Amino acid sequence: MTTNTKEVWITGIGMVSSIGEGAQTHWAALSEAENPKPVIDTDKFKPYAVHPLPEMDWALQMPRKDQRQMENWQRLGVYAAGLALDDAGIKDNEELVSSMDLVVCAGGGERDLVTDENILKEAKSRNDRDLILNERLPQDLRPTLFLAQLSNLMAGNISIVHKVTGSSRTYMGEESAGITAVRDAVARISNGQSTHLLVGGAYNAERPDLFLNLELGHYLAQDNSAPVWERQEKDGGVIPGSAGVFLVLESADHAKARGAKAYAKLGAVASDLGPRDMDNTKDRLNTMMSELALEPSSSLAVITGCTGYKGITEWEYGAIQGKLGMEVPIRAYTSMIGNPMEANFPFAIALAALALHKNGFYPTFEKAEKPVKINPTSVMVSTSGHYRGEGIALVEKISCK
Amino acid sequence: MSNSYTDHKGRPIVVVTGMGVVTSLGKGKADNWSALTAGKSGIKKVERFPIDGLNTIIAGTVDFMDSEEVSAPAISYAMADSTAGEALEEAGFGTDGFPGPLFFAAPPVELEWQHRFTLMEENPVENPGYEAILQAARAKKHENMHSLVQLGTIAYRIAEKYRTKGLPISLSTACASGATAIQQGMESIRRGESKAALCVASDGSVTAEGLIRFSLLSALSTNNEKPTAASRPFSKDRNGFVMAEGSGALVLESLEHAVGRGANIIGVLRGVGEKADFFHRTRSSPDGKPAITTIHQAIEDAGITTADIDYINAHGTSTPENDRMEYNSLKAVFGEAIHKVPISSNKSMIGHTLTAGGAVEAVFSFLTMKDGIIPPTINYDTPDPDIPLDVVPNVKREANVRNVLSNSFGFGGQNACLVFGRDVA
Repeated sequence: MTTNTKEVWITGIGMVSSIGEGAQTHWAALSEAENPKPVIDTDKFKPYAVHPLPEMDWALQMPRKDQRQMENWQRLGVYAAGLALDDAGIKDNEELVSSMDLVVCAGGGERDLVTDENILKEAKSRNDRDLILNERLPQDLRPTLFLAQLSNLMAGNISIVHKVTGSSRTYMGEESAGITAVRDAVARISNGQSTHLLVGGAYNAERPDLFLNLELGHYLAQDNSAPVWERQEKDGGVIPGSAGVFLVLESADHAKARGAKAYAKLGAVASDLGPRDMDNTKDRLNTMMSELALEPSSSLAVITGCTGYKGITEWEYGAIQGKLGMEVPIRAYTSMIGNPMEANFPFAIALAALALHKNGFYPTFEKAEKPVKINPTSVMVSTSGHYRGEGIALVEKISCK
Repeated sequence: MSNSYTDHKGRPIVVVTGMGVVTSLGKGKADNWSALTAGKSGIKKVERFPIDGLNTIIAGTVDFMDSEEVSAPAISYAMADSTAGEALEEAGFGTDGFPGPLFFAAPPVELEWQHRFTLMEENPVENPGYEAILQAARAKKHENMHSLVQLGTIAYRIAEKYRTKGLPISLSTACASGATAIQQGMESIRRGESKAALCVASDGSVTAEGLIRFSLLSALSTNNEKPTAASRPFSKDRNGFVMAEGSGALVLESLEHAVGRGANIIGVLRGVGEKADFFHRTRSSPDGKPAITTIHQAIEDAGITTADIDYINAHGTSTPENDRMEYNSLKAVFGEAIHKVPISSNKSMIGHTLTAGGAVEAVFSFLTMKDGIIPPTINYDTPDPDIPLDVVPNVKREANVRNVLSNSFGFGGQNACLVFGRDVA
């Protein structure tokens, strides 16, 4: 667990999902609407559902020459990072971005699907398959595609486009990557190692190669696009969602000194790994909630990025209710956005900070969820990876001192 | 606030108490160190897959591991398992588990062609493509294939096998990853979050596609005729790096923790520097500023001066650009004195182990200090007049080495430098 010595404030939010772009748009769509409706495509990748990217004008956040060096996964990250910097009021502030630390959670980038499929077709009629690779790949792969695939090149592109160059670290490992990234960011600011930092990631869900990665282990929901808890009635499963999210984090002193507005305070982060069976998983989640000193409280709410995969989704729900009481309002934001994989945990933190800032909370995303009685002053954020790794964090209202 | 267990900034002193290494030269410290100090190269013609028609057909492959299949994730895991085990054994952590987290520099893994072909055969259709292989995946669970292509898997497996604490960290800063893993273990101990950290880096990604991708970026040496002479750091006729595989592991502990349990101390992690570069995706700023800042920071963080650095373990990839940039940056920091400091590139013998480089070279740096022997830069027969460094040409050298500067630079503007020390005091 990380513990704070210096307060960590969230002073900028950049988010993009199927719902649209920007913190305000997400708040409006998810909280102000009576019954928020997800944008979900059940057709394109049938029998799988996906929350697609909205129409994007990449040029708003990056020059065309840079766009050409990336595919959508990296563009989405660079775009969300730009929104966060704008929101924090430090975009193009050379002094601040050149000393700003960058922490990214990333998977791998796009493949050239046409080349892949051409090779498969040719391999159908040839036995010397290895030779097909040697013949086709050097000719058919764009040299720069490699750079659109490397995990740390989302960070590289953010440095190039937004000039964020204090330091740069990329974490990997699916949902765990997001947990680790936020944990590292909080630890460095609390400890005085960093004064201001940009943390986040992105996921382009609309890729058959990524559906394949998940379906190999039968993690995907099939012909079932119900919200997370309802989805459990019929086998459960993951519904991926395209999303990008970046947060500007600052030490309270740094934020105050430049007169920055702050959404909320990001408290401790706890994370763990262990056997994925019910008892062990619930024990771990319980221990993590105890580390954060979480107790039942009428002013506490929960936002979870639970993936919908059978088993872990119910165990997480059970552990939270067991610890925080049956009445605790829990929102599975993934019902609305899908699972944005590496970006899962930071996206949940963004939604928590947004609600605290707006002095409100989200209406229920489905029947099984309990409405809030009073608006929360702190929100627990929880992410349990579809396959391994769990993390929780506490996001709190900034007290007026 | 300073005592015998804290450094000049009042932070816990971080020491190394165990190390493990695998490269194309062999498995374990003993085999590697004897080959490396003998100036032996591990670079050879690739035998793992057919090389017909490829521009580069050489690499520093590790072909002697017992892996569950021949793929990047499986070979990377096998090497990481070997080096983590070797390091923990040396540090004297037995069967009780390890009292700290795992920081793992993870190679880029994804589904490989062998897997796609397997899936294609499971669902033979007229016109194979992603739709068909997705159907094959849907028809039957491929648990192992799923696990292998998740970027967090190797760290999960190592963490579970050696029972490290908490959620293991998988990270990438491209070719600086190995150094970043060590840096993060060091930071975690300095911040007081943990008493110990296991830092492992591994890269076994010499596949046909991997080799072709680097080749398309014109990054690789094409000296195919004489593989052992292909990696030529700081030579005038260097023409690219040689892709290679390997793993390095280090057990870090706070000095207090190590002394408390009576551990044998191998050396000290004195300082670290990092700075990102926005100039280009694959090239460094022409003025070298980010690299210069990184080196400065590392030496300053160590609380020493350039005069205290007795040896530099170079990034030294053997690409025309890296070696020139590295020299210019070092000269900017050290001044004329740089021409007197011995500097060598392990990559002349083991090639560029990519994700693993910083950790593998850290292990060799500690062995350099411990034995007082600097491994050479081999294949140095046509010096580059623009890089007038003492590269310890071709033959190892005995020297009293108290502090080492180790450089790592990577695609995406990544720069990380570490300063290692021999003596605690």
